[in-house]
Amino acid sequence: MRHRSLLIITTAITAGALTLSACGSRDDKDDSGGKDSKTTVVIGVDAPLTGSLSALGQGIKNSVDLAAKVANKNNEVDGVTFKVKSFDDQAVPSSGKANATSMVDDEDILGAVGPLNSGVAQSMQGVFDRADLAQVSPANTNPALSQGDDWASGKKSRPFKTYFRTATTDIIQGRFAAQYYYKDAKKRKVFVIDDKQAYGNGLATIFAEEFKRLGGKVVGRDHLTVKETDFSGISSKVKSTGADSVYFGGQYPEGGLLSDQVKQAGAQVPIMGGDGIYDPAFIKASGTNNDGDLATSVGYPVEQLDSAKTFVKNYGEQHYKDPYAAYGGYSYDAGWAIIQAVKAVVEDNDGKLPDDARAKITEALGKVSFDGVTGKVSFDQYGDTTNKQLTVYKVTKGAWKSVKSETFKD
Amino acid sequence: MHELPQTLVNGLTLGALYGLIAIGYTMVYGIVQLINFAHGEIFMIGGFGALTIYIWLPSGTALSLALPLMLIGGVIASVAIATAAERFAYRPLRGGPRLAPLITAIGLSIALQQAVWAFYPDAKKPRSFPQFEGSSFEIFSNLHIQRGDAFLLIAAPVCMLALGLFVSKSRAGRAMQATAQDPDTAKLMGINTDRIIVMAFAIGGAFAAVAALSHGLKYGQINFEMGFIAGLKAFTAAVLGGIGNIYGAMLGGVVLGIVEALAIKYIQDIPGMDQLGGGAWKDVWAFTLLIVVLLVRPQGLLGERVADRA
Repeated sequence: MRHRSLLIITTAITAGALTLSACGSRDDKDDSGGKDSKTTVVIGVDAPLTGSLSALGQGIKNSVDLAAKVANKNNEVDGVTFKVKSFDDQAVPSSGKANATSMVDDEDILGAVGPLNSGVAQSMQGVFDRADLAQVSPANTNPALSQGDDWASGKKSRPFKTYFRTATTDIIQGRFAAQYYYKDAKKRKVFVIDDKQAYGNGLATIFAEEFKRLGGKVVGRDHLTVKETDFSGISSKVKSTGADSVYFGGQYPEGGLLSDQVKQAGAQVPIMGGDGIYDPAFIKASGTNNDGDLATSVGYPVEQLDSAKTFVKNYGEQHYKDPYAAYGGYSYDAGWAIIQAVKAVVEDNDGKLPDDARAKITEALGKVSFDGVTGKVSFDQYGDTTNKQLTVYKVTKGAWKSVKSETFKD
Repeated sequence: MHELPQTLVNGLTLGALYGLIAIGYTMVYGIVQLINFAHGEIFMIGGFGALTIYIWLPSGTALSLALPLMLIGGVIASVAIATAAERFAYRPLRGGPRLAPLITAIGLSIALQQAVWAFYPDAKKPRSFPQFEGSSFEIFSNLHIQRGDAFLLIAAPVCMLALGLFVSKSRAGRAMQATAQDPDTAKLMGINTDRIIVMAFAIGGAFAAVAALSHGLKYGQINFEMGFIAGLKAFTAAVLGGIGNIYGAMLGGVVLGIVEALAIKYIQDIPGMDQLGGGAWKDVWAFTLLIVVLLVRPQGLLGERVADRA
């Protein structure tokens, strides 16, 4: 343990020192870039590859890997071979930060995809920003990451120029969910629960605000703890408040149990959550009780988009051990956005990587625009995706079925 | 107030679960003064042992038929891991510095967790556990007991009664008490203390397996991480009740469960306390209670004051 922390401190200090002196010392290696040998550009991936969210993390890793393979096969960027190097953050912010430091330290890494969790992203942003290394998250939805802590009061300002994402924010997802509950499902009395995490708490708060604004009533608000299993107390509160619906901000391991226990407590009401519960494991988590539960997720169902068919086919052909899961399409697009940015930079620089490749790629990312797996991929002035498509899914006979896809309107 | 009975029953079932796991902490501590932090994982492995049996049985087997077999499977898995841990991880360190086995226990707990994650098929996500058909029993209009909880509410007192009889009436049980009191003298009296220690680990493991089966039936799922929080809460229950005392473990569990349930439900309703209630604060209240109890009675609710050994 002692050695390890020493190692981390040493890496952090070295990374800091390297960043400061980066201006003058990057060139010796890149000289070989434009000649006969191919330059290797590494895309770092940070995701939970172990732990209870690993199913999502593995999907992210594999999808970026696929993007790199496709780019190499098509010779997407002349003279450049893409490689993927993955880091496991176990959904823990401090591991994410250590991974970010390692990535910054690795000169071959010119862009990063990840992480899954907004809370982890928070700890990584600063590290990347100081090193000009671009980061594209396929799954973070917390608005503060791109629009600053004061986004709720309307004072938006982008805190980190290196941060981008291909998933829409919770401002859009939470409001979309509230509109669906109020307008389509005609719910009026909702009980709001979250898991106290950056993602869950933010999403639930945005949902509650919008639901109230529309004229609905929030009859109760409570929180549960991640990794616990007994939510019978909260569940009986749901029943006693007479709520006609529940909104849950959190992830599927707790969401599945909560849904089950709410129904066991005698409240026959649906639970809706965000993309964090949109996973088959939500249904598997608790027997048969969650028929009729709802989830919103960013984008249109990957299987329904024409643009996604090639992705699904290619993914299948690679025989990855894990499915692409909820964020596969976004991860592929995130990886592809970096590849496009590298392409733009290389083409602007006579076919080879410039000395300040990282900064140039970050700049180029803001301008990419292409038709991706999940639709049109480009970023606005905050680094957020311009794609505002969302879908509501419903548990029907033990599987998620899409019930409504729409582009979010104010 | 008409929801008080339901809240108490929720707390009681949760507490019985804590109590069953706490037995393992308390027995091992009572005899070797070791806090077996891997016990939460022994609990978790019991759940996977029971699930394995269910998977092996022909599909469609009625749960009532499968249940005894699952119980046996869970107990075998838990007891095997518990005794193996004693033999290979703790016994070599016996007599060494107190801190060494404690750190081994923490390491073992992580190793067991990751082993299940890596080698048990599909354990990377929560695994669904068979559940009883049908809804809950309605006792009164405002009191429901889930079918899964019913198993727990029967199993916990039965196990406790059996353990109580074993410890007070049987020869082995009395040898166990003697070893707990003074291992050296017990050895001089011809008691094989090594065997007694293995027995303590085995009994703790068996109770953990019963708890794990109850957990699976109650929540309909098990996962490789479930031992951590359950183990921590059960350890708290053991300390609360008086570590080393088997009845104390059960009492501590029940008290802890009920305090959590009441804290979620009622603290918000106290005027001026609406910010301090609900699910977010239940652990705060549970641990506040622990601190208060330990301040007033450092030996725990049922523990006896023991002089420090010279």
